[in-house]
Amino acid sequence: MRPRTASRWLLGGLLTLALAAPWLVPAYRTQISFLWVMIIFALTWDTLGGQMGYNSFGNVVFFGVGMYACAVVQRDAGLEYFPALFLGMAVAAALAVALAAVLGSGLLGLRGQYFAIATLGLGFAAGEFASGWDFIGAGSGMVTPLYPGEVGGRESFFYYLLLALTVTTFLVLRRLYSGRFGLAINAIRDDEDKAEAMGLHTTRYKTTAWCVSATFLGLTGAAVGNLIGFIDPRDVAFAGPTFGVWMVLMAILGGKGTLWGPVLGAAVFHVTQELFWTYLLGWQRVALGLLILAIVLFFPVGILGWARERWPERFGHTVDERPEPAEGGS
Amino acid sequence: MTAILEVERVRKTFGGVVANDDITLAVPAGKIVGLIGPNGSGKTTLFHSIVGYHLIDAGSVRFDGREISGLRVPRIARRGLLRTFQQTRIYGKMTCLENMLISAPQRERSWLSILRRPPAADEAKAEDLLEFVGLYAKRRLRAGDLSFGQQKLLEFGMALMNEPRMLLLDEPTAGINPTLIKALMHRLRRVNEELAITLFVIEHNMSVIMNLAEYIYCLAHGELLAEGRPEEIRADQRVIDAYLGAH
Repeated sequence: MRPRTASRWLLGGLLTLALAAPWLVPAYRTQISFLWVMIIFALTWDTLGGQMGYNSFGNVVFFGVGMYACAVVQRDAGLEYFPALFLGMAVAAALAVALAAVLGSGLLGLRGQYFAIATLGLGFAAGEFASGWDFIGAGSGMVTPLYPGEVGGRESFFYYLLLALTVTTFLVLRRLYSGRFGLAINAIRDDEDKAEAMGLHTTRYKTTAWCVSATFLGLTGAAVGNLIGFIDPRDVAFAGPTFGVWMVLMAILGGKGTLWGPVLGAAVFHVTQELFWTYLLGWQRVALGLLILAIVLFFPVGILGWARERWPERFGHTVDERPEPAEGGS
Repeated sequence: MTAILEVERVRKTFGGVVANDDITLAVPAGKIVGLIGPNGSGKTTLFHSIVGYHLIDAGSVRFDGREISGLRVPRIARRGLLRTFQQTRIYGKMTCLENMLISAPQRERSWLSILRRPPAADEAKAEDLLEFVGLYAKRRLRAGDLSFGQQKLLEFGMALMNEPRMLLLDEPTAGINPTLIKALMHRLRRVNEELAITLFVIEHNMSVIMNLAEYIYCLAHGELLAEGRPEEIRADQRVIDAYLGAH
């Protein structure tokens, strides 16, 4: 099939470019690393927000929990740098998933705006909680261990780690969306009462979806804590007003409910935002606000969503003109 | 003839409004049974009571000999008792084919099976059924882009995909043009005869229900007003009065 081949070429080309980037533009390693983080943010937000129709403003909690979990393991496990890091990442993912399962069983029973508001409270609560807990440094935050390799090695290492995480997230979600799981969460988005009336295990699907998101957010949090080197409870780990809102915007900008939409949205958003910082310093937040307005006003269904409505046949929504197979139904 | 669905002395109130009162009826396995009554007589409420959409205040509902009142909607659906909606409900942003695929039965699925791709057999079956309801050519269109009548046909196809043992149809012909109604009736009969699915049908179109059903229950003001064969119902003065507003 041709679209499939095209998508492989696109994926291959982007991947080659991504692998070569640290040599091509070494000065931009950290900025591009954050592009990978943004793509993961948008993709994992879209699992619930786009594919399942549950707008979560609390996904940043899993990111923050992963970040702290990893840092605590690195601090207290008494291991070498790399074993501690990987053990920390495993613990981060496990804790994030456990949290998603517990929160999901309570919150995913809420529908529509009630779920959105409840998750919004979650992000604030987590930030407040972390700034009051001495075990994780309270308001003064935590410092992650020094990277043992040569100078600049840290940037390259975390660049590739985050790239690997992004690719894994993308491929895992693509696989999930193409199966029963994808159909089920789409059905929940379109009409949850109908899905229940058809016997779907809606609760099971919803909780699983949030756990999948949480896994990748937890792992990403663990890596980002080490990339930045310093964990602030409100501005880095549980950064609701920045990361928490951006993940929603990026998914909407690219086109929620599609696989490539969040990737595209994250890229456009991140690049625009970096340009604002470079060329509009002092006004960058105003420009960002205007960008957000423009997204909501002009791209309510996102770039890919707009394209799908413009050219439905390119997305496979065609009427089959061939005569129906013999032995008619009516 | 054994009854597949037995409703016994069911009562359902909403605040002071008695929507169903002391309703007893039985649907024999393999038959087509009708449920009629003026607007607001409690037909849809009774369907809701049967499929577990709300808890009933009193009485019992047995499906296949087992008590189902108190079970939740998805569990009752997985036992093979399925309903369609009066306001047609399909998954609007998904294609017709996807609508069909996700309607495949969910009975013995383990947690891990949700990660699998739909089996090829499901896809073939979905296409066959889409052809049966006359939507094969539109299978790759988004369901939300279909006309109301077509969505109704799709919903019917989805119900069949689920391999139910019994279907509760809430006004299957409402909003469908007369030509399509004929085709739909033909399909309902075929489903009943060939797939052995018991049908319990709410219908306002008298010529449809009189032709289709072998036995009819009539509700009025939340109570069972009359029951009998179509010709008996048609001749029943109480039914005529209820429909003309004398009741």
